Amino acid sequence: MCLGVPGRVEDIWEANGIRMGSVDFGGVHKEVCLAYVPEVEVGDYAIVHVGVALTRLDEDAARETLELLGALDAAPGGPDRSGSP
Amino acid sequence: MRYLDEFGDPALAAGLLAEIRRTVTRPWTVMEVCGGQTHTIVRNGIDQLLPDAVHLVHGPGCPVCVTPLETIDRALAIAARPEVVFCTFGDMLRVPGSHEDLFGVRAAGGDVRLVYSPLDAVQLARELPDRQVVFLAVGFETTAPASALAVQLARRDGLANFSVLVSHVLVPPAMTAILDAPGCRVQGFLAAGHVCTVMGTAPYEPLVERHRVPIVVTGFEPLDVLDGLRRVLVQLEAGRAELDNAYPRAVRAAGNPTARAAVAEVFETCDQPWRGLGVIPRSGWRLAPSYAGFDAATRFDVATISPLESPRCRSGEVLQGLLAPTECDAFATACTPRTPLGAPMVSAEGACAAYFRYRSGP
Ligand code: SF4
Repeated sequence: MCLGVPGRVEDIWEANGIRMGSVDFGGVHKEVCLAYVPEVEVGDYAIVHVGVALTRLDEDAARETLELLGALDAAPGGPDRSGSP
Repeated sequence: MRYLDEFGDPALAAGLLAEIRRTVTRPWTVMEVCGGQTHTIVRNGIDQLLPDAVHLVHGPGCPVCVTPLETIDRALAIAARPEVVFCTFGDMLRVPGSHEDLFGVRAAGGDVRLVYSPLDAVQLARELPDRQVVFLAVGFETTAPASALAVQLARRDGLANFSVLVSHVLVPPAMTAILDAPGCRVQGFLAAGHVCTVMGTAPYEPLVERHRVPIVVTGFEPLDVLDGLRRVLVQLEAGRAELDNAYPRAVRAAGNPTARAAVAEVFETCDQPWRGLGVIPRSGWRLAPSYAGFDAATRFDVATISPLESPRCRSGEVLQGLLAPTECDAFATACTPRTPLGAPMVSAEGACAAYFRYRSGP
């Protein structure tokens, strides 16, 4: 129940006075409530929990995190650490 | 980009594991609070890949596990009534009450329906004006905004046949209770990233200061969990205790103010019993007085509830990180996902179920 999942917003409309959208979760398409993410636009990624989008996924932040992790060395000792305890 | 696969990249995971090995010089105990993270850790064997000095303990962050038995028994009594259409998330079906579960109520003719969202229950209430539609509103700060919206819509549309049985729980008071408990071994926390998408990071500042414990807001994919751990361990080794955000792609410091406003309008804070843990002060949300008319607990007068927990289940210790699921006598013998004695064996987010699925087979 508690698993929020990122998906790509494909379409946005209003139904019953509520902001709704269609979200693509890796090929599975679902109708999702966008009332809590007024800033989200078509093409954005959002994290959706029990049918309600909770946050816009910041793609720049995602790329930065991956770059930082990519800079870590997988070698057991690490080449620059030879002198460190 | 899908923002899922990239955060499971094995090469980057190897880099993180190597960095963790370079960092750690002493034994440390770290708790991941959220059941979603427990699932990621056990499924990917992250706990087994870490250096022996790093001890992971699993926290109480499984909403299915901590919903009080009294609430489950009340849900069962309401769901059995002929006028009621009882709506719930799928993982609540098998949660053992004192005598049966929702699955049993349905087999006996009760109208129990699985919904993906609380908003689906509101839609059912619109479509079935002659029935009483009840939604079982359980879950953490992540689920409460959806419940709040459902209640707001029911009021706006004048749906007199919609109500909610509420048992929402809050993470920071549970972390406080764990830190205050005698014998607490936890030295650092991975905080549940999705809770922070709603509430922001501020609720953890007092914890960091008062208990001098590092807290790192962490996501749910394997790289997220490893990076959260790395950041906690770097702080511990340096003798620092700070609040850090390892999940900036989803979590802003202020959280989601729109969602928080809806929750603040519909719910109020209350002392809340947690299954297996007892009452934790100010750790729950109940309907605010102005929305009390939507409370299923008062709308349906069910006979007095006297909850009866299985004496063999040690979920309280499991949920506090004091006992590994495999150390419970009933694990994988009397207690399995098909015949659960306790709630942690039911949900995919429950620690006992995760160990059963990934650790007990050949
Ligand atoms: S294995 Fe079963 S009986 Fe033991 S603590 Fe877990 S849920 Fe309870």
